[in-house]
Formats: sequence, C-alpha cells, structure tokens
Amino acid sequence: MQALYAQLLVGLINGSFYALLSLGLAVIFGMLNIINFAHGALYMMGAFCAYFLLNLLGIGYWWALIIAPIAVGIFGMILERTMLQWLTGLDHLYGLLLTFGIALIVQGLFQNYFGSSGLPYAIPDELRGGMNLGFMFLPIYRGWVVVFSLVVCLATWFLIEKTRLGANLRAATENPTLVRAFGINVPRMITLTYGLGVGLAALAGVLSAPINQVRPLMGADLIIVVFAVVVIGGMGSIMGSIITGFALGVIEGLTKYFYPEASNTVVFVLMVLVLLIKPTGLTGRAA
Amino acid sequence: MSAMTDDTLPASPRTLRDEMIVFAAMAVLLAIVPATGIYPFFVMQALCFALLACAFNLLIGFGGLLSFGHAMFLGTAGYFTAHALKEWGVSPEIGIVIGTAGAAALGLITSYVSIRRQGIYFSMITLALSQLLYFIYLQAPFTHGEDGIQGIPQGMMFGFINLSNPTVLYYVVLAGFLGGFLLIFRTINSPFGEVLKAIRENEPRAISLGYKTDQYKLLAFILSGTLAGFAGSLKVFVAQNASLTDVHWSMSGEIVLMTLVGGLGTIFGPVVGAFVIIAMQQYLAGFGQWVTVIQGVIFVACVLTFRRGIVGEIGHYFRRSL
Repeated sequence: MQALYAQLLVGLINGSFYALLSLGLAVIFGMLNIINFAHGALYMMGAFCAYFLLNLLGIGYWWALIIAPIAVGIFGMILERTMLQWLTGLDHLYGLLLTFGIALIVQGLFQNYFGSSGLPYAIPDELRGGMNLGFMFLPIYRGWVVVFSLVVCLATWFLIEKTRLGANLRAATENPTLVRAFGINVPRMITLTYGLGVGLAALAGVLSAPINQVRPLMGADLIIVVFAVVVIGGMGSIMGSIITGFALGVIEGLTKYFYPEASNTVVFVLMVLVLLIKPTGLTGRAA
Repeated sequence: MSAMTDDTLPASPRTLRDEMIVFAAMAVLLAIVPATGIYPFFVMQALCFALLACAFNLLIGFGGLLSFGHAMFLGTAGYFTAHALKEWGVSPEIGIVIGTAGAAALGLITSYVSIRRQGIYFSMITLALSQLLYFIYLQAPFTHGEDGIQGIPQGMMFGFINLSNPTVLYYVVLAGFLGGFLLIFRTINSPFGEVLKAIRENEPRAISLGYKTDQYKLLAFILSGTLAGFAGSLKVFVAQNASLTDVHWSMSGEIVLMTLVGGLGTIFGPVVGAFVIIAMQQYLAGFGQWVTVIQGVIFVACVLTFRRGIVGEIGHYFRRSL
C-alpha cells in the first residue's frame, strides 16, 4: 500500500503541473487564439530562473517563487509585443508554428550552454523532511507543491470568473471590438494575459526544480502530454482544465503502480478514448 | 481557413503546362546528378524527405489540416521495412510493400481518431498520437529501443536490381520519388483534390453542398500517411537503419519546417524546402545544438515575414502557381 500512496502522490504532483500548464494554455488560447507551443520552454525557463537566482545571486526559493514568474512573464510579454501580435487575423496554425520555433530557439540555446543533463536544485530548508501520516510517509515538499498549485489554480479561476478584470477579459475573448468600444485597452489586456499564462508556466517550473532537476528539455516532452490533457478537457472552461489536469495526473500515478509499462502512454490512450466517445472533449465547446 | 489562403495562394489560376515544364526540368536535373559527382547519399536522403514533405503538404496545403505527427508514418514504415528485411529476409520490393502497408494501416486508425476535431486540435491530436507511438516503439522489443535496427541488408530488388550499388540505388529512389510525386500531383488535380480545396476554403459550405467532408479528409489523411510511409521505406535502403529519431516529435517539426520554407500549398515547394533543410543540416552538423536554434529562427522568420515560402514567392513574382 505504501507504494500505491507514493505513486498517487507523484501523480498528484504531475497533475499540478498539468493543471498549471493547461490552465495557462487555455487562458492564452482564449485571448490570443494561439496554442502556445513555447509553453514547455517557458516552464523550463522558470526552473532555470530559480537556478540562476540561487547560484548567481544567492536568492533563495521563496523569492524565486515570485521573481521567476514575473521575469519569465515579462519575457513572454516581449515575445507577444514583438512577434505574436503580428499574427492577429491569420490562421491558427501560424501561431502554433511561430511558438514552436520560439521553443526550438530557447531549448537549443539552453542545451548549448548547459548540455542535456540535469542541474540540482535543493529543497528549501523550511520544506525539508517529511511527516508520517499513519498510512504513508509524506515528504513535506511534495505536499507543499500539490497544495500550493491547487491554491494558485483556484486563485486564477477566481480572478477570471469572479472579478471585474476577469469579466472584461472574458468579454474581450467573446468580442474584442465591442469591448474596445467601451474604452478598454484590449491589446494591453492581450499582452498581460499572455504574461499571466506564461507566468503560470514559469511558476510550475520553479515548483518542479527541486523534484525533477533543472534540464533544458524538461518542458519539451511535458508540453505534448499537456496538449493531450487540453484535448481531453477542452479549453472552454477554466475549472475544467484544473480538474482534468489533476485527474489525469492521478490516473497516470495509478497506472505507474498497477501497470508501469503503460505509464508513459496512458494519457494519450485516454485522449483517443475520449475522442472516440465524446469528440468535443469533456468540458469543451465545439472548436 | 480564409486567412491562410489569402496569404499563401498565388493570384493566378493554376496552369498545368507550367507545372509540367517545371516537373520535366526537375526530373532531368535529378536524373543527371550521378554524373555531376555530387555525393549521391545526400541527394537520396533529400529525395526521401522531399517525398515525405510532399505527402505532408497534400494535407496542409490542399486540405488545410496541419499534422504535427507525420514522423509516425516515416518511423512506422521504416521499422516495418527494416524488420522484414533483416529478420525475415524478404526481398526489397516486399519490404517496401510491408512498410508502406503498415503506414497505410496506421493512417487508417489515426485518421479515424484525429479528424474528429478541426483546426488547432487536429494538430495537437496528431502530435499526441505520434508521441504515443514513440513510447510504444521505445518499449517494443522488435525495434531494439534506443539502439534501433542497424545494418539492414539492401539486397536485390526483383531479383536483378542490385541496391548495394549507390548509382543503382539512386535511380530506384529517384523513381520512387517521381512516382510518389506524380501520384500527389494527379490527386491535387483530380475532382477529389478540388473538393479537398473546397473543404480547406470553407468547410461548412462544402458540407452544405452535400459533400461528406469527413470522408474526404479521412481519405486524404490515409493517402498522405501511406505516401509518407513509402518515403520512410525508401529511406531504410539509403540510411540502412531505422531508429527512434524517425518517430520523434522533432522529426515531425522538421517535416513542417521543410514544407513551410519551400511554400505551403505549392506543388514544388516541399521538394525545394527538403533540399534546403537537409543541406543546412549537412553543413551545420558539427555545430551541435545550434542546428536546433537555427531551425527555430527559420520557423520564426518564415511565419513573420516569408509565409509564402521560396517557391510561393517565386510563383507570386511571376504570377504563376508552381
């Protein structure tokens, strides 16, 4: 049973990353009509940002948790201003191709300077050790990642679904021209939205740094799984992205326990099943 | 799909005569390659990728479907052909048939799943399916995992064509490429191709005119996958190995890049793009990951400033469709 709980926890952690990343993808897709292929590369940049902060400037984990998403978010906003905004009105596929190119550039540059092996990032002192829950041993850092991710996801949901800013955002997703007529600066909102989505990816990167090590290609395979998560959940609903992300993480964890050979493929197989049964995705609107 | 067609399609209607002339010129140029002293291995490799990119272009350029998983057909056919040649000792032509049939079967299955969603979802689904296949091949014993299948015998085609002779192999690969190219050319100019273009332009309208668009897309996907697989089978004889690189997502990205550089939706663009990208990889082979960076830069530059691609720009300049 110990092993089962351990795999469940790993599943929950992966689920947190799926949720944070697919949430960002959904928010960006809503506003920019772009599937952000660079999301995995920006997640990796978040982790590297934390690594640089610690090793070059001596700034620890807690500050990195704030600084890295902001820094990578600003980088994202520069990308949006200099490149992505020129794609407005073009076919969706150009956004995918452009961001794929950006991902190749970023990952290639990091591979040039840091190779492909992992760099260690230590767990902060406050979160070391573990707790005995009676039925299992819980490493505190892992518990922290799950709880903190959940809080961030719910805060994002609250921001978009329940605040005035979020209402403007949703309105601009539906009809940007009309929202502009009300005097709201939609292009700036689009830039900030991209920054927010990218910031969430970078935050996931910082959270994963102590668990998965910091590697230039850490986001490359992850983003493909997240795409499958997005296809399963659909991008129409924020809460849908969060729940699908966590659920698929847990299912993956269970697969690792019961049938480890399929743990790499289970999310993709589920995607195929969902497409056969309900092609629009579990919560999605028709694309 | 209106935005894409405004930007990529040439202004004038297509003229078959121009295309025939260019095709003849291309065939002659390629036929005299062995006499020029150019390293035939490079050209053979480029020809395989050119056919692969043409097959991919049939989907995106004429059907409006961006497949981000076309490496799965390349890799599947490669593994099937390589396994049949090495373990079962079949003759080359049977090996090619087995590999191509494998890709066709894969196309049948994957198209049924992936055409259920349109646009950007289609791209994500094809990418996810190819990743699924990547992990299957990573674990399947017959692919030998990370090592791949090495040292594949080239053999005697039809019992008398000796494929281990580079010049002979070159003409066999060239014949395969030209055959595949003509099949795609014929498809594009057929009533079937016209309906595909109609679906790309305006799918709801095509549906309202009574076309069962899903069946057209299904058929186009299977045809594209089969031809991509045929290219993968040919490539086995050139490279004499089959490895995981050919199923990896970065390979799918390279296929997209070749077509984008040459010109999405042009007939000769993918061929030009394949030669440009393969040549670039050849020259930059010693620069490690800089190749990836440069590929990324080309992607970005093409999308931002050069959406018609090389052949598309030339065609636009001469107001011809190539």
